[in-house]
Amino acid sequence: MCLAIPGKIIEIDAHNAQQAMVDVVGVRRKVDLGLLAEESIRPGDWVLIHVGFAMSKISEAEAADQMRTLMILGESAAALEEVEGYGLENEYPPSEYPASKSRGLVS
Amino acid sequence: MKYVDEFRAPELISKAGEEIRRLADPKHHYRIMEVCGGHTHAIYRFGLKDLLPENVELIHGPGCPVCVLPMGRIDDGLSLTANPEFIFAAFGDMMRVPGTHGSPLEYKARGMDVRIVYSPADALKLARLNPQKHVVFFAIGFETTAPSTALTIIRARAEGLPNFSVFCNHVTIIPAIRAILDSPDMRLDGFVGPGHVSTVIGCRPYEWIAKDQGKPVVVSGFEPLDILQSIVMLLRQLRGGQAIVENQYKRVVPWEGNPAALRAMAEVFELRPYFEWRGLGFISQSALKIRSAYGEWDSEQRFTVPGVRVTDPKAAQCGEVLKGVLKPSQCKLFGRECTPEQPVGALMVSSEGSCAAHYNYSQHRPITIDAAASL
Ligand code: SF4
Repeated sequence: MCLAIPGKIIEIDAHNAQQAMVDVVGVRRKVDLGLLAEESIRPGDWVLIHVGFAMSKISEAEAADQMRTLMILGESAAALEEVEGYGLENEYPPSEYPASKSRGLVS
Repeated sequence: MKYVDEFRAPELISKAGEEIRRLADPKHHYRIMEVCGGHTHAIYRFGLKDLLPENVELIHGPGCPVCVLPMGRIDDGLSLTANPEFIFAAFGDMMRVPGTHGSPLEYKARGMDVRIVYSPADALKLARLNPQKHVVFFAIGFETTAPSTALTIIRARAEGLPNFSVFCNHVTIIPAIRAILDSPDMRLDGFVGPGHVSTVIGCRPYEWIAKDQGKPVVVSGFEPLDILQSIVMLLRQLRGGQAIVENQYKRVVPWEGNPAALRAMAEVFELRPYFEWRGLGFISQSALKIRSAYGEWDSEQRFTVPGVRVTDPKAAQCGEVLKGVLKPSQCKLFGRECTPEQPVGALMVSSEGSCAAHYNYSQHRPITIDAAASL
């Protein structure tokens, strides 16, 4: 919960500019950009994520730094578990979503 | 393991260690508090204590959100699970924290509908997916997580989602520091300031600690070198008779914080007149409650909770450990009745809790040797 997880913005949701797909070492999930209203966020940007919300825009070098910090703290597995948990996709596989919810950026 | 090696940058680390030795006045015993549980975890994991001279002592602060939550709040939140129409959603960190009648996980085992979520946004999603149920999100955390809860509540209202509410336990770090400084049995020389909380609140809120209390504050990153550098910066100030707020973690923490996050918090939350902290007692204006404009999404305004107040088990000394008065190993239950597998107190549950950190790391060799051995 107190982990700051670095992720790369892959795509901003075409229907909702406050949602974006991020990539965290290969895991892709949606995060909320609503707390970064001051910044213009574009695909390719790096952000620090807390509990599913992007909290700050950082440089690529800082993102690498933060990933290393998580690794040496022994928290990288917990961070990935957190990211994989975003969107309840483990609890509700996409096929079980109501139709309107299953079509996000992934499709 | 390559990362550990790379990171350890042994020359820089030992340089920082030397600098600390050079700066520390041998006639003075320094007591420096690291406020944040993430720092506590890092300090234990890297055995930083062993790099410091005897007279530079690190005191673990109250910055572990699950640790400072009094048991009564957990009981209150869990009391809502008695209604079979309710889903209780909380972060994984909360799941093993004991309440009087068991942890959320034990409630789940007894058949209550308890779910782990990794984001408040997903608790909201649970409510959308389960329109026939009411989802209670058990919110905890300092200013790092409070803005996300706030924005989630704003979204719930915008959507008009009726079957979602938040049981709010968000706390703020500044009043806790004030309470510690006010406590008569505590003498501190300075603070290693929290890293991620500061990305939200910035560095300005610490200025009174320097100005009014004459104690330096250095906001710090989480790597061993960050923490050691912060200690160097603190000792330099102390040596020069200075007390200011410095930012060692500039690469992530802006001086002014995150304005959008602060706005979301101000929109949804107001300060509670007082709130109970484990170990620190009641602290005025130290926690957030949901404003009445958003009352429909506040579990406490919408439903009746018993308002339980329980004291920790008698022999448990979580309070003293949280205040930094006792070391984890000085608690009579430490490592005996209370272990990470069978925690009695919350400090043994979270990886940021000082008891868990002490238990997991202190009997091991320093991490560098472990890393080298496993190559
Ligand atoms: S060892 Fe257990 S009971 Fe004792 S202070 Fe730590 S968490 Fe509390």
